[in-house]
Amino acid sequence: MITATSQNFNVSDLGYYGQFGGAYIPEMLYPNVEHLRSVYLDIIAEPSFQEEFYSLLRDYVGRPTPLYYAKRLSDFYKTKIYLKREDLNHTGAHKINNTIGQILLAKRLGKTRIIAETGAGQHGVATATACALMGLECVVYMGAVDIERQKPNVERMQMLGAKVVPAMSGSQTLKDATNEAMRDWITNPTDTHYIIGSVVGPHPYPDMVTRFQSVISEEIIAQLREKEGCEAPDYVLACVGGGSNAAGAFYHFLDNNDVQLIAVEAGGKGVNTGFSAATTALGKPGVLHGSMTYLMQTQDGQVVEPFSISAGLDYPGIGPIHAHLFASGRARFESITDDEAMIAGKFLSRTEGIIPALETAHALAYLEKLGAKQHEIVVVNLSGRGDKDLQTYIEGAQERPHH
Amino acid sequence: MNRIERLFAQKPHNVLSIYCTAGFPHLDDTISVLQALEHSGADIVEIGIPFSDPVADGQTIQQSGGVALHNGMTLDILFQQLRGVRDSSHANVQIPLVLMGYINPILQFGVRKFCQCCAEVGVDGVIVPDLPVELYEREYLSAFQEYGVCNILLVTPQTSDERIKRIDTVSKGFLYAVSSAGTTGNVLSMDAEREAYFTRLAALKLQNPVMIGFGIADKTSFDDACRFANGAIIGSAFIKAIGKSQNLPSDIRHFISSIKN
Repeated sequence: MITATSQNFNVSDLGYYGQFGGAYIPEMLYPNVEHLRSVYLDIIAEPSFQEEFYSLLRDYVGRPTPLYYAKRLSDFYKTKIYLKREDLNHTGAHKINNTIGQILLAKRLGKTRIIAETGAGQHGVATATACALMGLECVVYMGAVDIERQKPNVERMQMLGAKVVPAMSGSQTLKDATNEAMRDWITNPTDTHYIIGSVVGPHPYPDMVTRFQSVISEEIIAQLREKEGCEAPDYVLACVGGGSNAAGAFYHFLDNNDVQLIAVEAGGKGVNTGFSAATTALGKPGVLHGSMTYLMQTQDGQVVEPFSISAGLDYPGIGPIHAHLFASGRARFESITDDEAMIAGKFLSRTEGIIPALETAHALAYLEKLGAKQHEIVVVNLSGRGDKDLQTYIEGAQERPHH
Repeated sequence: MNRIERLFAQKPHNVLSIYCTAGFPHLDDTISVLQALEHSGADIVEIGIPFSDPVADGQTIQQSGGVALHNGMTLDILFQQLRGVRDSSHANVQIPLVLMGYINPILQFGVRKFCQCCAEVGVDGVIVPDLPVELYEREYLSAFQEYGVCNILLVTPQTSDERIKRIDTVSKGFLYAVSSAGTTGNVLSMDAEREAYFTRLAALKLQNPVMIGFGIADKTSFDDACRFANGAIIGSAFIKAIGKSQNLPSDIRHFISSIKN
């Protein structure tokens, strides 16, 4: 349930996971963020909220998503691989779990206008969809570079009635889109709710988004019980940009130390090439977008422009829950390069007939290095589908080398 | 009594504070901008520490910060530039100086070391827009107190009376009243809503002097703000005025006299 709490990894009253999190926000945002903090737990615990949330997830989003036993992939890697098919959600990724939750919350807060940031466009599309469903005005900020490389999603958002505003500052990617969304919220504090798309931002956002996404691991438990007669896999793999799909896939396993949690970051052209988004490898604690977390930054505290072929992972921070999972050693953080992700994406397409998002392809690529045993169960969170990335896949000429 | 308190004791009305970005337009302009501002009659200078992700700032200040970072400005360099700023045999700037910057560069520099450097070079106060009062009290207040550096906090039209009073008890030097919802650089329009907010602030009988900022761009908006507060802060309009300057002292003199006369 989205009201469940973890024993060891729950957010504190002040909004911290260990030393990470908090709410470093300008006073202009304080009334909104504080109001949200004071009501979000009560609202999502209301039976009427739960009823509406879960029935929309079922009838509109299409949940539960299948936990699919990938036989050919399993044979190849000589282990048992299940794919949690978040790509089969309405709009094609896990992002809609959160936007449905937050839009119901926004309605209860009396907000009439919704803003969002987006990287790959998946969160933007999911927000535009939820706004169309509820009849709310929607403005999505998206880096100008991302608008170029994720055109199909821009067109989808427009089709759904959202206004897509290009973020022209900085590297013109996800971080800059988030800056612009925050400036919009500062300017429109009364009528507007900001639907943050990942487990980032000031408290209570990381916890709120984690709860809405935790439906993923809630379902995995029930599905494994049915298919394998057990309640937990040996490994859960998920890609991490801000980390919302990973937070959702990990959540109900956080207190079960028998489950190895593996978060896969975007290595870009290679962790030490200067073109990377591998935050835990390259970052140190700092504050961005309202929370203390691992952050790619210069010695002087300026945020470093990240780089990844995948727009959804092209972010210089990670959610504070992940910073804590990393610092405490509860989850393992690995990185995968652009090339490795491209190969893995093509390989899954040919092996299982599933074209994964480039973001997800990073998690899949790690199967190559995991070394799981024959009898072990590996769940990969297949966070999104790859239609939006076809152009990038086609342009990259790499083929999977034969073993 | 520090320089900020002394200023308001001597001059309770029409206090003019100017925001400039450190290292803008050129890396080594910081001190000459401060000197020109003092000579032209500015009462306080807020020196902006550039940051890569300034979420409370509009385009003008964002861009000036981008230029300053490109010029190589860092907190280390800024404190080097400010060493000797108070010496009568050197830069000889005597008006109150306030540093304004986002929390992350200060955290990386080290909060205690930052406060110590402020005290050493003669910086009187600090404004950190993304450091809310709760976090400041819990984590950083002791460092500011130890070195006698004023932390100047913000209030906005959306801040409740109760919270304004709380912020007033923690803030030192003055209270920074953000004029309206929005980032820096929007133009303030004096409407009924604005008047009601400023009147509400005045009626709270706060212990700190109040300076109004965001949207103050010219003589009209400055005078309007001064009717309700001890003074006002000009940022983006000043940055625009010096961005392409070929003669900083002269352009700064013209800008300040356009506000004061």
